[in-house]
Amino acid sequence: MSTQFIFNEDQEQFRENLARFLADKSPTTEVRAQMADIRGYDPAVWSMLNQQLGLSSIAIAEQYGGAGFGPQELAIACEEMGRSLYCGPFFASAVCAAHALSATGNEAQKQQWLPGIASGEIIACLAITEHAPMWSDEDIRTTATSNTDGKYQLSGTKHYVIDAQVAEVIFVAAREIDGSIALFATDTGAHGLTITPVQSMDATRKLNTVTLANTPAERLGKADLPSLMDYVLVALSNEMIGGAQTLLQSALDYTQLRFQFGRSIASFQAIKHRLAELLLEVELAKSAAYQAAHCLAANEDVREHASLAKAAASEAYVRVASECIQLHGGIGFTWENDTHLWFKRAKSSEVLLGTPAAHRERMLHAITHGARAKARIG
Amino acid sequence: MNIEEIRQDVRTWLAANWDPNLDLIHWRELLADSGWGAPDWPSDYFGRDLDPQLSAVVDEELAHIGAIGAAHSGVRMLAAVTLLAHADHKQKQRYLRPILTGAEHWCQLFSEPGSGSDLAGATTRADLQGDEWIINGQKVWNTSAHHADFGLLLARSDWDEPKHKGLSYFVLDMRQPGVEVRQLKQMNGHASFNEVFFTDARVPRTNLIGQPGDGWQIAMTTLAYERRSFDRPRNPAAKTASPAPIYKQYQEELEIANEPYKWYPQRAGRVDLILQRANDTGAINDPVLRQDIARLHILASSAHWTAQRARAAQKAGKPQGPEGSLGKLAASHIGRLAAQVHTHISANDALLTGKDSPMEGTIAEILVSTPAGSIAGGTDEIQRNIIAERVLGLPKEPRFDSGPFRDVRRNTSKEPKQP
Ligand SMILES: Cc1cc2nc3c(=O)[nH]c(=O)nc-3n(C[C@H](O)[C@H](O)[C@H](O)COP(=O)(O)OP(=O)(O)OC[C@H]3O[C@@H](n4cnc5c(N)ncnc54)[C@H](O)[C@@H]3O)c2cc1C
Repeated sequence: MSTQFIFNEDQEQFRENLARFLADKSPTTEVRAQMADIRGYDPAVWSMLNQQLGLSSIAIAEQYGGAGFGPQELAIACEEMGRSLYCGPFFASAVCAAHALSATGNEAQKQQWLPGIASGEIIACLAITEHAPMWSDEDIRTTATSNTDGKYQLSGTKHYVIDAQVAEVIFVAAREIDGSIALFATDTGAHGLTITPVQSMDATRKLNTVTLANTPAERLGKADLPSLMDYVLVALSNEMIGGAQTLLQSALDYTQLRFQFGRSIASFQAIKHRLAELLLEVELAKSAAYQAAHCLAANEDVREHASLAKAAASEAYVRVASECIQLHGGIGFTWENDTHLWFKRAKSSEVLLGTPAAHRERMLHAITHGARAKARIG
Repeated sequence: MNIEEIRQDVRTWLAANWDPNLDLIHWRELLADSGWGAPDWPSDYFGRDLDPQLSAVVDEELAHIGAIGAAHSGVRMLAAVTLLAHADHKQKQRYLRPILTGAEHWCQLFSEPGSGSDLAGATTRADLQGDEWIINGQKVWNTSAHHADFGLLLARSDWDEPKHKGLSYFVLDMRQPGVEVRQLKQMNGHASFNEVFFTDARVPRTNLIGQPGDGWQIAMTTLAYERRSFDRPRNPAAKTASPAPIYKQYQEELEIANEPYKWYPQRAGRVDLILQRANDTGAINDPVLRQDIARLHILASSAHWTAQRARAAQKAGKPQGPEGSLGKLAASHIGRLAAQVHTHISANDALLTGKDSPMEGTIAEILVSTPAGSIAGGTDEIQRNIIAERVLGLPKEPRFDSGPFRDVRRNTSKEPKQP
């Protein structure tokens, strides 16, 4: 297995441009505005992000209007999104939906939607989760039935659908007559489809319940849900380490500035050791997240590393978030201080697509039963 | 007196005096004057000198006939304990009774923007002019200050003394032109604490507690009680279906007085909900979660017994000291672990707040409230310092803040940077 632990110059340049743009266009005043907004994003900033930086196109193949970069550039983008807590449909549309369509759609379907997703003009989202947090065939009870004319109808309920409130098209996992799982595309305005926003403590990421009642849909193709989830996990892990780094930096800045007992609180060894441990934890998680992205880019089996990264990044993010509040003291518990924005994102990311414990289990399973284990034995 | 004699006494008194048709405050005045409102207080001051362990039977008897007890919620008990220990006769006479009757509300004016952990670094000034102390400066994070009639104020009366020696302790009337209270919103969406600004606020000389310069010593009494009381429930609910107006008054009082504390049960982590949630969700069958739940149960049980052990030691006449810090530190661990276990039990649903959310948003509220536990009342780090230095007797940190306070290095007015 190969590894690559540093990004090349172009990649770093891309990171820098994006970071600068986000610092400018998505300061926390803007994040707070989007938290309070039902759409949860600013269309003007979204189109600038896409026109100036081609953000949504990065992981989409060139023949479909994409930039044709790979998972590593995607990981960079996610890291910067997490760092700035940018509120917009990037994760839902350019990561989840674009990948699901690329993996399951036929040529005509890709031509139909990918260029729009790549330019940001079409916002798509992905509806898979029903009851279990992790994507698996067993969890899918939504049904797809086909009419004689080859048209499909979907019925069922999807939970935790990110950014459905602003999507134009939804890719839905459903069970076919033969029991297998396929993805289907349906317009958000389609008959029998309702989108209900879900109230969550983390208002930076909008969630919805989507119900389908004989909703007309177009079939994309058979779906391998665990593999789709692997890809999304890698993106999410990189997003989480971005957020964790913001908080760590904030804790470093604040503890050096804050004086108690006639000295900066960062000069107390109790605090220095904590910050050192936090750096360790964040850097370990970062290596895991980068390694998973590299694995995807190299087309290697990523299951083990995707779950490893998710478990490590979740725990590092949550830990750094609660320590960051603690190190701020009373001010860290206020609404006015920005720490809680990341804290809430950390908590919601921790449980999104499975808890750390579930991913440790999944990682072990991949090690003992996965493709690499088979290769080792056979 | 033994338990049964006390029970008999309080029963007789209640039979003669309890009347649900009384006005709430009036009833509590009877209660306070009889000594049954605070039986463990001195008999000179609205109590009966009873052993605290024995006074539980009084609560039982009150509950038995549905009688309402003395007011106990909020910061009032911090005030009571401090005044009982340090105030003069006149001050006790003036303030203790309305604390018990609920007629007057209190807040704690200790923390400042520049001094939280380093409480002795307070820079709110108190200057004596004739018969009044003139107060200028700012306090922050003051729970319930927006409802309070009086504040327990720690302020600097002497800038040439070393920091711990130049502080004085006052009872400040909150309802005066020189006091401005602004509510602060917390990360959990509630607004229970405040900023308090003083511009030439006035405190009569007679409201100085103890002597000038005693402030730090007296504040320690308040804080020791605050830290010890971490494991005690605060919100007794009136359990009655009776329509008598006194119950309505009591409910209204609880709603106002308890409003800032509504989320406090959540801040402690709600260990009590863990098994119910685990059963409801099926998480009880998950071997990993079972381990976490068991670990939490062990932690919470042993912390509870540790508190009981400390109380028993106190009863046996052993001095009560910084042991409260152990209980408070344990409470932080419990809160944090409980929030983590709740997160994993509820998984995807943990952060939901709307309808269909687990327990109507209670779980989400736990997650965004527990961070307060390890900050309020002195942070975990400060508790560890107290345990290390005062319980274990380890060497103190080298000091950078000795000498006259005016020369000590402090925070500048620079606004701290946000993340
Ligand atoms: C919910 C809530 C209610 C409150 N209610 C009240 C109230 O009613 N009245 C009132 O007066 N105050 C109240 N407070 C304030 C509380 O007491 C202070 O927030 C607390 O003492 C910490 O002070 P600070 O906020 O200034 O943090 P700081 O003292 O600035 O601490 C920042 C960080 O530095 C750490 N630190 C500081 N000194 C040391 C050291 N020597 N060694 C290692 N680490 C150190 C702290 O532990 C913390 O992690 C409340 C706070 C909260 C959160």
